[in-house]
Amino acid sequence: MEGIYYTLHDFLLHAESITYLLIVLALIGITAFWWFLAENDDD
Amino acid sequence: MSENDSAAEKSWLTLFNVVAGIIVIIGLIITVLRFTGGLATVTNLSDYNPWGIWIGFDLLVGVALAAGGYVTSAAVYIFGMKRYHSAVRPAILTGFLGYALVVLALHYDVGRPWRLPYPFIVQQGTTSVLFEVAACVALYLTVLFIEFSPAAMEWLGIRKARNIVVKLTLVLTIFGVVLSTLHQSSLGALFLIAPSKLHPLWYSPFLPVYFFVTSIIAGLSMVIFESTLSSRFFKNKMDEVHLKEKNDVTLGFGKAASFVLAGYFIIKVFGISAGNNWHYLGTGYGAWYLLELLGFVALPCFLYAIGVRDKNLSLIKWTSVLAVLGIIVNRFNVCLIAFNWHLPSSKRYLPHWLEIGISIFIVTLGIIAFRFIVTRMPILYNHPNYEDTH
Repeated sequence: MEGIYYTLHDFLLHAESITYLLIVLALIGITAFWWFLAENDDD
Repeated sequence: MSENDSAAEKSWLTLFNVVAGIIVIIGLIITVLRFTGGLATVTNLSDYNPWGIWIGFDLLVGVALAAGGYVTSAAVYIFGMKRYHSAVRPAILTGFLGYALVVLALHYDVGRPWRLPYPFIVQQGTTSVLFEVAACVALYLTVLFIEFSPAAMEWLGIRKARNIVVKLTLVLTIFGVVLSTLHQSSLGALFLIAPSKLHPLWYSPFLPVYFFVTSIIAGLSMVIFESTLSSRFFKNKMDEVHLKEKNDVTLGFGKAASFVLAGYFIIKVFGISAGNNWHYLGTGYGAWYLLELLGFVALPCFLYAIGVRDKNLSLIKWTSVLAVLGIIVNRFNVCLIAFNWHLPSSKRYLPHWLEIGISIFIVTLGIIAFRFIVTRMPILYNHPNYEDTH
């Protein structure tokens, strides 16, 4: 559902809040992915 | 007729030579049409769509796929990964030919080839992103030529000059990385000027970052793809070192490509989030965007990872084809498909078949040049007279 934003502040607060949450998820995700990728490394 | 004569005669009539010959002849005819009749004779370009596949494919895809040169030489000479050394010369050659053909393709699009140096010597457009791209491409093509030249000089036996150029390797590599970082990202920055023309899912203030990161993916994948083709068609030209190292190159570059693809996937999602463009994902363009993101970014990322974990070289090689296709799809989307997305279909651009003919002609020229060089110069083997000087 697309919200209605009356001010730029409202819009940025909404968009950036979601982005910051995604950044936390991404940092955890990319670390887990590296472990998955390098698990069978010989060296 | 002696047996040798008939063998020589037969060797010219291979399937490759016949097909390549026909394409070159047709390409030359279209070239005459383009330069005598103008753009309207051979293209569907218009004021709405001044950039067609000669820019979308030949230039944007060409520059991205030629990124293997700076990626490989940076890995070997800057990050010290000497186990990939055998991949450097083929990657530099692919990069050099790629950029040379980009410049050739630009002549078809811009016209009046003798005016190509004008931005440098007559009227400098120093406030233009395109000027920066032109300057970087001109300089980087020169750097690639110098980086490639030791192979040609070994073939010609010019030892002194060759030794001087080899001593410049690190400087040239650093210069190449700097120039590539600049112009690969600037090609994305070209589209920052058109926020109202490019679909919001593809338009992002991060476009320069996207273009730069995808060039790394393209470079890594092209090295794997090119190495696969070389070991299939030029195996007799490869020495023991190259044959031994090629599997390491495939595994190492596959791993790097997988990780960079994961990073790229993440920053693409950030792009949607930062622009709050989630609602577009439910539209037709959204479905196409999701296909690009999931089918040509997430899927190759996953397949590369599985291939690296299981040491499945065949899977990594096939995934490199998918990743290269993904780069082509991405550049087509930004430059052609999602560009002018608001226009009615009657005003949209579809390439003329003669435009496609020129693109095929240029790719064919690249393959012919690559084949000519690889079968003569020490690209896939170390020259016996210079074994210890690499």
